[in-house]
Amino acid sequence: MTLPELSVADARARLRPDLRLVADFIPEGASVLDLGCGDGELLEFLVRYKGVKGRGIELSEAGVLACVRRGLSVRQGNLQEGLADYPDHSFDFTILSQTLPFLDDPEMILGEMLRVGRRAVVSFPNWGYWRCRLELLLTGRIPQAPDLPQSWHQKPRWQAFTITDFARFCRQTGIAIVGQAYLAGGRPMRVPKFTNLLSTTGAFVLAAE
Amino acid sequence: MTEIQAPPTHPLGVVETQYYTFAVDEPFVLESGATLSPVTVAYETYGTLNEARSNAVLVCHALSGSAHAAGLDARGQPGWWDDCIGPGKAFDTDRFFVICCNVLGSCYGSTGPSSIDPATGKPYGLRFPVVTIGDMVRSQIAVLDHLGIEKLLCVAGGSMGGMQALEWAAHYPERIRAAIPLATTARSSPMLIAFSEVGRQAIYADPNWQAGDYYGNGKRPDAGLALARMIGHITYLSEESMHKKFGRRLQGRERFGYEFETEFQVESYLRYKGQVFTQRFDANSYLYITKALDYFDLTGNAEHPQDAIQSLAQVFAGARHVKFLVVSFTSDWLYPSYHSREIVSALTAAGADVTYLDIQSSWGHDAFLLEVETMTGLLRSFMDRIAQEEGIAPPADVSRPAQRPAAVPVESLPSRENALWAA
Repeated sequence: MTLPELSVADARARLRPDLRLVADFIPEGASVLDLGCGDGELLEFLVRYKGVKGRGIELSEAGVLACVRRGLSVRQGNLQEGLADYPDHSFDFTILSQTLPFLDDPEMILGEMLRVGRRAVVSFPNWGYWRCRLELLLTGRIPQAPDLPQSWHQKPRWQAFTITDFARFCRQTGIAIVGQAYLAGGRPMRVPKFTNLLSTTGAFVLAAE
Repeated sequence: MTEIQAPPTHPLGVVETQYYTFAVDEPFVLESGATLSPVTVAYETYGTLNEARSNAVLVCHALSGSAHAAGLDARGQPGWWDDCIGPGKAFDTDRFFVICCNVLGSCYGSTGPSSIDPATGKPYGLRFPVVTIGDMVRSQIAVLDHLGIEKLLCVAGGSMGGMQALEWAAHYPERIRAAIPLATTARSSPMLIAFSEVGRQAIYADPNWQAGDYYGNGKRPDAGLALARMIGHITYLSEESMHKKFGRRLQGRERFGYEFETEFQVESYLRYKGQVFTQRFDANSYLYITKALDYFDLTGNAEHPQDAIQSLAQVFAGARHVKFLVVSFTSDWLYPSYHSREIVSALTAAGADVTYLDIQSSWGHDAFLLEVETMTGLLRSFMDRIAQEEGIAPPADVSRPAQRPAAVPVESLPSRENALWAA
């Protein structure tokens, strides 16, 4: 195409910060299934700048249309129904970014992600962030996640959990965390210490134990 | 009849239907085992075939369609998919060479029951052999061979046209790069067969049908064909679209007449549609084409949905290199969305590249032609992608805006999270 291409670094810099964390986990040329891929921002970056073979699943019509406009291959579908059509290990990576709090059955979806993908990358907002803790303590109100604009009563409904909750859940269900990265206030944490207290978003690479 | 002057502004102008006749010496063997000789296929083309012969797109019509898909015919009528085919449209004729063939068994120029049987010198009538979707596709292959096209960039169609696209993908995957089956199914449902049969019974019951030998004796089964078409039109709409389109409004009167005249708008609409159909379609063709619909089943007669998906996945095993765009419509009860989802599941299991969308629409089965804006955007983006990935040059005219921006600034994305990140 004759369209001006951005350099990889520039394109990466334009990604939403949490998507950048996820993108950095994906090696060049990998095959990727992005679950709940939204308008396709991450998938387009991976396909165009990392030579990834990318596919997406998205529930909303607007999201699918946006993805097709970006030239992506995306199926409309509901993650709650699982990934039954996809053969075992048919992708190098499955991705679930900022969607886990909205799903009814985390164990099912993570199990499916690790069946279909050799590795899974999951990112989510951290309700363990100190401001969330303080908000509950001082105001007596359920805090919004640092990067979700919804209130507790709005749709889609979410379930709050923390990085510590997630790590514990992984141990209990036989999932190994083999990579991790964190954001604090939209910036990557260089020294990941006290992450459950200081980070607003966590991104994890998972593998079956 | 008054000649309608073709508006000179139509970018494709008046398009002439062409005819290719084959199986003159060697008969064309049909799926049933019967033979047909010779076979003529009426077709139209739009745009220019490139030197590499790699930009050909075949569009397939539905039950009552013709080869006239775009541009104007001699009477100034636009083609059935004129919204999507033409310069700058979804199937951009500045870039693609678009072909549409009339199906076997039809009455718009391809060999069908109203054609002359060379054995008798009279129209075939019911002596015409029953044809299948597979036979229709093989007649299209004959036309492509004649045009010197080894591989299609894409095959696209809705309803019965979608069945043809799936037949291509299942049995001739090496000859296509992409397929767009719209509002269709991999196997006719019992309900579809039921409606076909009721339509056929309406024709059989018309005394003017005369067991199919009505050609040239002044009596045509117009009442039967009109009734069949009225039933068909009900199945193409939805309860909601009928409410929107007609409500309980009366036609040309203020109050009930308490009589059996046409009173409601919906009655008047169906009668009108039935009546005009008899002026343009042949009753025997209706019988043959609905029969072809009924026989269509790529699943090998699987009983359970899960078996159907598995056997479909095997049928599509050769099509894993093909890129698919599958579309269904939420209110389509004739070809319900779950039929498309079965296709998508099978293609996914086969490892093919599938894009799928169930479009919110109240228009029922007709939506694939009526949801113009959404469909145009979707088809156009998909075709742009296919063309780019298969190395088809963009149109020379650079004044048209590029389809895909190099990158979308974060601020312009409408997703829920951006509100926060931008703040």
